Amino acid sequence: MSLLEIRNLHVTVGENEILKGIDLTVNAGEVHSIMGPNGSGKSTLAQVLARRDAYHVTEGSILFEGKDLLEMKPEEAACEGLFLAFQYPVEIPGIGNTYFLRSALNAQRKHRGLDEMDAMDFLPLFREKLKLLEMDDKLMNRSLNEGFSGGEKKRNEILQMAVLEPKLAILDETDSGLDIDALRIVAAGVNSLRSPERAMVVVTHYQRLLNYIVPDFVHVLVDGRIVRSGGKDLALELEEKGYGWTEHDTRQPVGARA
Amino acid sequence: MSTDMNVVHELASRDYEWGFVTDIEEDRIPKGLSEDVIRLISAKKKEPEFMLEWRLNAYRYWASQEKADAEPKWANVQFPPINYQGITYYSAPKQKKQLTSLDELDPEILRTYEKLGIPLAEQKLLANVAVDAVFDSVSVATTFKAKLAEAGVIFCSFSEAVLKHPELVKKYLGSVVPHTDNFYAALNAAVFSDGSFVYVPKGVRCPMELSTYFRINAAETGQFERTLIVAEEGAYVSYLEGCTAPMRDENQLHAAVVELVALDNAQIRYSTVQNWYPGDKNGKGGIYNFVTKRGKCLGRNSKISWTQVETGSAITWKYPSCILQGDNSVGEFYSVALTNNYQQADTGTKMIHLGKNTKSTIVSKGISAGHGQNTYRGMVKIMKGATGARNYTQCDSLLIGDKCGAHTFPYIEVKNASARMEHEAATSKIGEDQLFYLQQRGLKTEDAVSMIVNGFCKQVFKELPMEFAVEAQKLLAVSLEGSVG
Repeated sequence: MSLLEIRNLHVTVGENEILKGIDLTVNAGEVHSIMGPNGSGKSTLAQVLARRDAYHVTEGSILFEGKDLLEMKPEEAACEGLFLAFQYPVEIPGIGNTYFLRSALNAQRKHRGLDEMDAMDFLPLFREKLKLLEMDDKLMNRSLNEGFSGGEKKRNEILQMAVLEPKLAILDETDSGLDIDALRIVAAGVNSLRSPERAMVVVTHYQRLLNYIVPDFVHVLVDGRIVRSGGKDLALELEEKGYGWTEHDTRQPVGARA
Repeated sequence: MSTDMNVVHELASRDYEWGFVTDIEEDRIPKGLSEDVIRLISAKKKEPEFMLEWRLNAYRYWASQEKADAEPKWANVQFPPINYQGITYYSAPKQKKQLTSLDELDPEILRTYEKLGIPLAEQKLLANVAVDAVFDSVSVATTFKAKLAEAGVIFCSFSEAVLKHPELVKKYLGSVVPHTDNFYAALNAAVFSDGSFVYVPKGVRCPMELSTYFRINAAETGQFERTLIVAEEGAYVSYLEGCTAPMRDENQLHAAVVELVALDNAQIRYSTVQNWYPGDKNGKGGIYNFVTKRGKCLGRNSKISWTQVETGSAITWKYPSCILQGDNSVGEFYSVALTNNYQQADTGTKMIHLGKNTKSTIVSKGISAGHGQNTYRGMVKIMKGATGARNYTQCDSLLIGDKCGAHTFPYIEVKNASARMEHEAATSKIGEDQLFYLQQRGLKTEDAVSMIVNGFCKQVFKELPMEFAVEAQKLLAVSLEGSVG
């Protein structure tokens, strides 16, 4: 059984159809990259997978470990092991980062029938992950994302992912707003989480990130359809020729079958 | 409305769990208000002549105000006219004789407080909190009196203070809130039936938290209590009050007065968790909470802090204030006011700077949900002599849903050019993006909402004594149920 199976997914927002029949299969251990120009539907796909309900699925199905993902609430999907690293992480004043993350971890552990972790058990785990992301302890005593720089927010997303250890991580434009040093640190954090049990879907506009997080598969999304799928070289080809090159190819059916 | 918001909505419709009625024999006087009623109340309390005179004086003033239709109408709240002749002004549980110990208290009343989570038996009490329990018009029990007396602290019902410490009552009663202050304060001065009295002598740090628990039980009565706290030179006291009432379809009036006096280097912390019955989901019933609270920093370097968490009442009208008379004195106001369903709140503070280098801080957090209307009204007045005065005001509003309202009316009056004033205000909505973010990490909708709201209130909660802070967080979560929509 595949970890994630998307079949003929059609999604509308208001009157507009954004995704027009997506097929994608992701197995445990794989890293897939979804590339595409602005407005192609990349972020919509990420949000639909995380079960944001502003999006209306008109056709198709998504199975997550064989279960109907479209029947799940966002928190259920999260507890089943689906994680979204947000393109724009939100700020929530007055909630400590550490407190928040422990609450989230415990909500997920409870769902899986595990004991909740108390602060004493949580702290060493948390410290270890902080080190991985080269983050300052002091940041953690502050409110959730409040007053964080763009780069700090993105690192905080990966920190959360490292603590929550999801089965499927979706990284939505995690590279945007990062300078080259921060990009290196974030990528190292992500790479350290690659494992045979875990899959990742890396959504990005630029090829740059893929120099650091090398994908097994690359899919090109244009106007709500996957128009091309291939190995990591496809990203380089795209970088060279631009997205315009793929658009002439839309007649060729390429349901990515990994 | 999104499906998540719907879930929250359903979850949120929990009932008011303090809404039961205690079946007890009442000693109640007929409805209505007149000089005879005032005399009757005073006689029932066996008051000395000076108290009766004081009450009658206040009554005559109030009656003239009522005739002149001088009930305050400037607040941003709406309610039908109150029939002051339709209210019972005195109702007390019947007692056969003077109580000498708690064991003699009617077991029904003891059970009532147990049910409310306020056990009055001393061995069961929180180790470091003394409680005065006010049931309808009278104080029914005060705990830890003996232990407090050892430290020289007087903590008793107002009625007892009038009889046992008339000189203190005479000196301070009405010295901060005179009966002419406003319509409801005048009414209270005329008919107040009990309340708490605290006196902390010079140099004494009160060894425990003092608290009063107010309970309205009887139907068609008003509760008019009066609290007076005096902290002598260098004294310190922390006082908390809590309030609940049964669920009834009619509105009930609660018009209290609180006066605080702090002398040189004294400090008073006054915390309130107000949870009067707020009315039902359609706005029927609930308490009208029309309260005048004011503290006077009479001495140099004195400090008065008000912290309030207001989640109950159909209508809240209160402005705990500070008169900063002593040089270097400090006034603080920390407030969380939540209005859900059809609740209305018009609340805030007044900081009157008279002395030199006086300092005030105002932090107000208003949360509106359902059809709730929440108004912050605050006045900062820097008088001519208040050289070097400083004020910091922050008032934030959080909106949940799109049928509620938040309003802010800050008044600033500065008569001394050396004053420094800061004012910050912000209004935000619980965003679907904030909710989604927390849910995506595995938190249930209701946990996510309560986390966001608690985060918003954190600045105020940290000013509350520990036991109350936890209580306040829980109360907020319960009051919010059914709020997101």
